[in-house]
Amino acid sequence: MFNPYEIMETIHMLEEEKLDIRTITMGISLLDCAHGDTRILRKNIYDKICNYARDLVKVADEIQLKYDIPIINKRIAVTPIAMIGGAGTEEDYVSIARTLDEAAKEIGVDFIGGFSALVHKGHTDNDRKLIASIPEALASTERVCSSVNVATTKAGINMDAVAEIGRVIKKTAELTADRDGIGCSKLVVFANVPEDNPFMAGAFHGPGEGECVINVGISGPGTVKAALEKVKGKPFDEVAETVKKTAFKITRMGQLVAREAARMLGVPFGIVDLSLAPTPAVGDSVAHILEEMGLECCGTHGTTAALALLNDAVKKGGVMASSHVGGLSGAFIPVSEDAGMINAVEKGALSLEKLEAMTCVCSVGLDMIAVPGDTPAETISAIIADEVAIGVINNKTTAVRLIPAPGKDVGDEVVYGGLFGRAPVMKINPYSSKDFIDRGGRIPAPMQSLKN
Amino acid sequence: MRGIITVIGMDKIGIIARVSNLLAECKINILDISQTIMGEYFTMIMMVDMEKMEFSLEEVKARLDKLGEELGVSIKLQHEDIFRSMHRI
Repeated sequence: MFNPYEIMETIHMLEEEKLDIRTITMGISLLDCAHGDTRILRKNIYDKICNYARDLVKVADEIQLKYDIPIINKRIAVTPIAMIGGAGTEEDYVSIARTLDEAAKEIGVDFIGGFSALVHKGHTDNDRKLIASIPEALASTERVCSSVNVATTKAGINMDAVAEIGRVIKKTAELTADRDGIGCSKLVVFANVPEDNPFMAGAFHGPGEGECVINVGISGPGTVKAALEKVKGKPFDEVAETVKKTAFKITRMGQLVAREAARMLGVPFGIVDLSLAPTPAVGDSVAHILEEMGLECCGTHGTTAALALLNDAVKKGGVMASSHVGGLSGAFIPVSEDAGMINAVEKGALSLEKLEAMTCVCSVGLDMIAVPGDTPAETISAIIADEVAIGVINNKTTAVRLIPAPGKDVGDEVVYGGLFGRAPVMKINPYSSKDFIDRGGRIPAPMQSLKN
Repeated sequence: MRGIITVIGMDKIGIIARVSNLLAECKINILDISQTIMGEYFTMIMMVDMEKMEFSLEEVKARLDKLGEELGVSIKLQHEDIFRSMHRI
């Protein structure tokens, strides 16, 4: 029998501290759907997704009932569509996105990821067409998420792709201007993208993955904060220990759900993603964990060190709790989706430059950040170049999800509601990066030794 | 399947009796039971065997919820594995 304190601790985490399973994501390979005729390709895609994921939502609901663990999202990740798009046109890619959207609605998942291209070293014709179709694809679908990998540590940075994606982001914002540029919230630009990430908007089923797999993303910022409240004023050794122990418990729950879902669906278990994923709800904020460590407001001096400790301790606690860890695995610091981050930006304590520094020590990058609507495409590309450079040099994943909010400026905000929350428009550097971005070409892969 | 039932709320006469009665109706066997006061709350923890349970898990949980409302307490039923995975290596 368990002792009552153990049982009450678990119940408290679930009831009071908003511990939940953020997502069960089924990865499905679409490689065998490839066909030169787009109509047949679309039918193959639709049929395969519906066939494999038919029971996903039902199984997640059963697990939720059995353990009383909230499972917030059920999602699908598919093979990067640029790899199977055939010899179609730009319009054909938009039609494929609509098919993905229809499949997602049919099986009842909230997002489907994989409208993606991997162009870190160069473009294929298909990559080019897919990337060009992203604005229209995201504007005309509801649940499709898109991602583009523009850099890796081994290949360097594809600056042609970086320049192109800046224009794509601007156009995506314009085509969804009536909804505060929401299309951009479904588009992520990566360096060193993982192939098994269960979190949106960057999830896809990588070419090195198997036929079908279950990956699980956990949450739990509220639980970590509550645990740290009990060690107020104590040295960092105790802070790190406390985070590790809490992360272990949270991850064990993720592992249990992942195993159970894989068993019930008859699909292999892939990974548990050890990420602290905030939501805009009060008590579910990564920024508030950093403030609990003793910072008056997230973004002030000491924030990067606090985040480094947090991110490292979560991993140390989590790896032993799960047989396979993967995905992004790091604390998320999206601005719009974290009540503490929003507050810090509004108070002027947290700037874009500080966020960039923070991404050096955690995943996953400049996430859900609104910038003025008249920001030039070249400036967006330059922000992306800076962020992917951090990933490439430090051999880690970094990402950018920027929203050039149409018609808005510093002091305004974009409001999406739900998990996407709201984002105050942030100040950017007013000086031009145009000549830099216009150069194009590739930034060579970096040295892997002499690391200073 | 073995489950853990937790009853949390203000103490009053008959909580154990009413919960046990409902479990007997559903053919759920009580294996262990402990009761304590944590802070100002009455906390009862039961380990139960649900092998011979005559209703679906959904139905049993709905009945427990209804009883909880009547008694003014929260009653939860969870598979024991969630506690095992979190607290045992």
